[in-house]
Amino acid sequence: MKPIFSLLKKDFVLEIRQQYNLYGIILYIAATLFVLFLAVEEPETNVWSGLFWVMQLFFCINAVAKSFLQENKGRQLYYYTIASPVHFVIAKLIYNSILMLLMTFISLVLFYALISTPEKIDFASYLGIALLGGFSLSLVFTFLAAIASKAQQNAAIMAILGFPIVVPLLLLLMKLSQAVINPQLTVLSADIFLLLALDLLIVLLAIILFPFLWKD
Amino acid sequence: MRKTWWKVLCVVLLLIAIIGGMLVKIPNLPVLGETSRNLFYHVGMWAAMMVLFACSVVHSIKYLRTYDLKYDIYAKNYATTGILFGLLGYFTGVIWMSYTWADPNNPSFQSFAAVVREPKIIGTVVALLIYFAYLILRDSVQDFDKKARVSAVYNIFAFAMLFPTIWIVPRLLPSLHPGQDGNPALNFKDVSSPMRMIQYPAFIGWALLGVWIASLKIRINLIKNKDLLSDHKLQKNHEN
Repeated sequence: MKPIFSLLKKDFVLEIRQQYNLYGIILYIAATLFVLFLAVEEPETNVWSGLFWVMQLFFCINAVAKSFLQENKGRQLYYYTIASPVHFVIAKLIYNSILMLLMTFISLVLFYALISTPEKIDFASYLGIALLGGFSLSLVFTFLAAIASKAQQNAAIMAILGFPIVVPLLLLLMKLSQAVINPQLTVLSADIFLLLALDLLIVLLAIILFPFLWKD
Repeated sequence: MRKTWWKVLCVVLLLIAIIGGMLVKIPNLPVLGETSRNLFYHVGMWAAMMVLFACSVVHSIKYLRTYDLKYDIYAKNYATTGILFGLLGYFTGVIWMSYTWADPNNPSFQSFAAVVREPKIIGTVVALLIYFAYLILRDSVQDFDKKARVSAVYNIFAFAMLFPTIWIVPRLLPSLHPGQDGNPALNFKDVSSPMRMIQYPAFIGWALLGVWIASLKIRINLIKNKDLLSDHKLQKNHEN
């Protein structure tokens, strides 16, 4: 556990020292929201939810991509000598999920405040789904960032690799958010468990496969 | 002529599929009518595609265990042949769909959006996009060993994520396609028993044909990359 904590601490200290990354993501959210704010006045609840998830998907790619791309070759080699790949990838997964949870909270608050819908949406339960979704997306894209960091033109490759893979996650999330928006539907706990099971699958695959990526 | 028997079997099974498929008595269902004969060809393409993608993943795992570039060539060629069968599956599906699902009062271009929102189509779109992404990923890495390793990792990860798609998506979306709450290919209720006598040989036959095509491509590529493979082996011996 200790190496994971020190790797996590390293990531947080780096984040606090080089704040451009954090502010960059917040600015990205704000700019996207502002464009949406100008473009749509009062969307239907379905459209509102769809727009939210599209925004979520895109800023997740931007937020998570940096985690592996910022590490240059020399530094990677240094980590290779001091840490095990499993610890390294777990630390990255935890760090990115915390970052994404925070960003999801900020983006949902702004989204809710700026873009209104004809019928009111229950903020608290939508927040729950959004946080769950942000967490799941961050796990998938962390591992894809690790793959993409080995290829050229990383950011573009990451989007290409990621979109087909996140389809099941996004469909489940859409179904859950439909259930929150629409008073006639109920949120099924089976769907939430399915989502958590998918998350577990992703974490296990990342732990098994990352050691193969790591060696250069 | 090593291991000829399965090629003979493949030809025999496909002859059964083509001749038997055209002659077998089909239950005369409304809308479907005689088009259900397409079952032997359309669903057979998907069976072959899934078998080929599964072979590709198995060879990716083998590559990660041995680091032998031979397995990387296997995995890549199984994947490209799988894509070919996936596209053929679409073409046969489009022909079938245009006689059954498409609204005759509506120009096909306008009913397209409604028809495409279909879980099985979405599932296979995901499968094909994953393997297109796999090929793009391969092209974006220059170094041979690194290319093989990174693409093997992606292949395994993506294949493991493909199955949730196939299980989950059909249960989330409404569908016109047969086999709504279960396995679309092996549903025992929809198919009459004489049809089933043709269906399974046909599926196995198409899958074998796919493997046959892939094995020819693999042999060509093994010869093309002979220098690389032998260099690699020399280097490995040297290291040992």
